[in-house]
Amino acid sequence: MAIVTPLKTAAEQVLAQQFANVKAELPGAGPVRKLREDAFAGFEAKGLPHRRLEAWRYTDLRMMLREAKPLADGNAATQAVRDRLSTLKLDGLRLVLIDGAFNAELSGLDALPEGVAVHALADALVSPREDLTRILSGPGVAEGDTGLMLNTALMRDGVLVEIAEGTELAAPIAIISLASGDEEQAIFSRSVVLAGKGVKGSIVEISESAGAKAAQINTAIVFEAGDESEIQHIRLVTRQPAETVQVLSLLATVGAHAKFDSFALICNAGTVRQQHFVRYAGEHTEVGLRGVNLLGGQEHSDVTLVVDHEVPHGTSRELFKSIIGGEGTGVFQGKVIVRQHAQKTDGSMKSNALLLNDGATMFNKPELEIFADDVVCGHGATVAQIDGEQLFYLMARGLPRPQAEALVLQAFAGEAVEFVADEALRDLIMGEVEGWLANREHTAGKAA
Amino acid sequence: MLEIRNLTVKIADEDTQILNGLNLTVNDGEVAAIMGPNGSGKSTLSYVIAGKEDYEVLDGEILLNGENVLEMEADARAAAGIFLAFQYPLEIPGVATMTFLKAAMNAQRRARGEDELLTPDFIKRVNAAADGLGINREMLRRPLNVGFSGGEKKRMEILQMALLAPSMCILDETDSGLDIDALRIVADGVNALRDKSRGFLVITHYQRLLEHIVPDTVHVMARGRIVRTGGKELALELEKSGYASYGEAA
Ligand SMILES: Nc1ncnc2c1ncn2[C@@H]1O[C@H](COP(=O)(O)OP(=O)(O)OP(=O)(O)O)[C@@H](O)[C@H]1O
Ligand SMILES: [Mg+2]
Repeated sequence: MAIVTPLKTAAEQVLAQQFANVKAELPGAGPVRKLREDAFAGFEAKGLPHRRLEAWRYTDLRMMLREAKPLADGNAATQAVRDRLSTLKLDGLRLVLIDGAFNAELSGLDALPEGVAVHALADALVSPREDLTRILSGPGVAEGDTGLMLNTALMRDGVLVEIAEGTELAAPIAIISLASGDEEQAIFSRSVVLAGKGVKGSIVEISESAGAKAAQINTAIVFEAGDESEIQHIRLVTRQPAETVQVLSLLATVGAHAKFDSFALICNAGTVRQQHFVRYAGEHTEVGLRGVNLLGGQEHSDVTLVVDHEVPHGTSRELFKSIIGGEGTGVFQGKVIVRQHAQKTDGSMKSNALLLNDGATMFNKPELEIFADDVVCGHGATVAQIDGEQLFYLMARGLPRPQAEALVLQAFAGEAVEFVADEALRDLIMGEVEGWLANREHTAGKAA
Repeated sequence: MLEIRNLTVKIADEDTQILNGLNLTVNDGEVAAIMGPNGSGKSTLSYVIAGKEDYEVLDGEILLNGENVLEMEADARAAAGIFLAFQYPLEIPGVATMTFLKAAMNAQRRARGEDELLTPDFIKRVNAAADGLGINREMLRRPLNVGFSGGEKKRMEILQMALLAPSMCILDETDSGLDIDALRIVADGVNALRDKSRGFLVITHYQRLLEHIVPDTVHVMARGRIVRTGGKELALELEKSGYASYGEAA
């Protein structure tokens, strides 16, 4: 039987049509336009990522995107969006994206911290900046990813944050992406954070939906963190309709003697694919990529990361904790590359999952590609159930089963959350975790 | 009062039968000791009373104050007054000892329809109980039992027992791992809880503990049943002659 490569799927055909329709009006001329066109050509050659591509093995976007929704083009600052913004507990500068478009009115631009400059990405794309195509391309290991290529081709807006050399942020800068959720639509946005030498601070990325209609979301965030910088990136993806399909790319290039930490919480988010591409641009740098995935129902969370140790004396730490119930699916694919000259690399990668019931699934695929000989690298992946002995111990002290489970699960997630340096953000994250567990406890209590 | 009648238990997923028609009564105010060779089923008995799920009860019943507890989950049994001090207390990483203690006390209070403890009252109680058992405050700030020495874990069990004030206390080899001074401190802690409404089932291999916690009754367990019952002098006899004769008899 001949193997027939399928022609374009319905979604792929619509995407091609959409690109043809909007490419003239998408921001960016000259090199940016060329970047978009090359990216789309790359995408078209390969199509939507599917399970026969190693990097997308467990998240078959071609299957998941049966149809491509209309492109979001507006700035739907609905009442629900405003309400959500007013209840969000976050201090510091807020940069608000609605359906992927930067909303200056709802962003606190009048109170920019010293050393911080903010531009809508759409404005930056049409500015004469020459470094833009380099910045947008990100680390070399991101090249060729079709999810990212689609983002490059169709990104409409986002925010570009420049933080001047030596700035120490007193409060986090939040990039709040809200889907209005009034209609089913596709959102493509890209944000950029350029942190100069010695910058210290936290960038929070929030992704939520204010309405009930699910979106197809493809966003990317690019970090260029200078020498001696200490950047914390915190991402919370939550309160999204279950049918949401989302691809989030993190592209980070980190200078020498720097620290870059990223933490992501995924819960009540639908189907989420996170992909982290990190490159060490200087020696003696520490990178930490961590996260917690809380899954139930039919939810799906894929964390795929590539950490590229290009230079010596780099340290990398990955720690992902997944708690999976219902028919949820967790995926962790981690690849740490240690190039030939990257001696004295110190890498440790861990993915731990707890499955709460029979229908839950976890795929773990940690990989090390080591070409240097003087390195310390290790990885560990576990899939387990809640420890019955621990549970009995707690219950024998009077804790009802759901509460005993919640205590053990909270501690399990807490082992990753504790790496978030900012106390208020740590509390915010733990609050979300506790809320998820309480909701589960409540449902479990009712079922019992 | 704890009454166990004809208790017959096997491991849930296996055919191995461990308790073979065991009969035992512990009256209110009584301290009963159980001694018996390794593997005779003492810990199994304590787990089955406390409600561990890995076992299947083939026959018999366990009554606490006349009520059959076999249908209850472990938390309901705890709220009803059963407390097991574990032979091997579990480490629970990430759960602060204080958080756990408060959750346990309040869960039991809720189950009994009582008001929850307010934090200042709770802290006062914990500190008083901890001081009495020579447990320092720093230990209470650590995750539950994580990195505690064997003896520290045992003291923490007695602290929990003191705070939860159960009516039926089961101590599974609480003396093992304790140094001489700790043994006295723990025994004093247990003795302080002795009163006419509370029963104790003390599982031990050593007569020494029973010098500090003087039992009213001593039972010998072998091959999953009680094979002999006597007074405190029985422990002394066992110390001298061992269990050889019971192995034959059982
Ligand atoms: N989960 C289990 N699976 C298989 N065998 C078990 C299990 N639990 C207990 N056993 C067996 O049951 C028997 C009784 O064990 P138990 O721990 O109750 O003995 P014990 O009297 O407490 O011994 P010790 O004095 O050494 O503490 C032993 O032979 C033990 O190996
Ligand atoms: Mg035992």
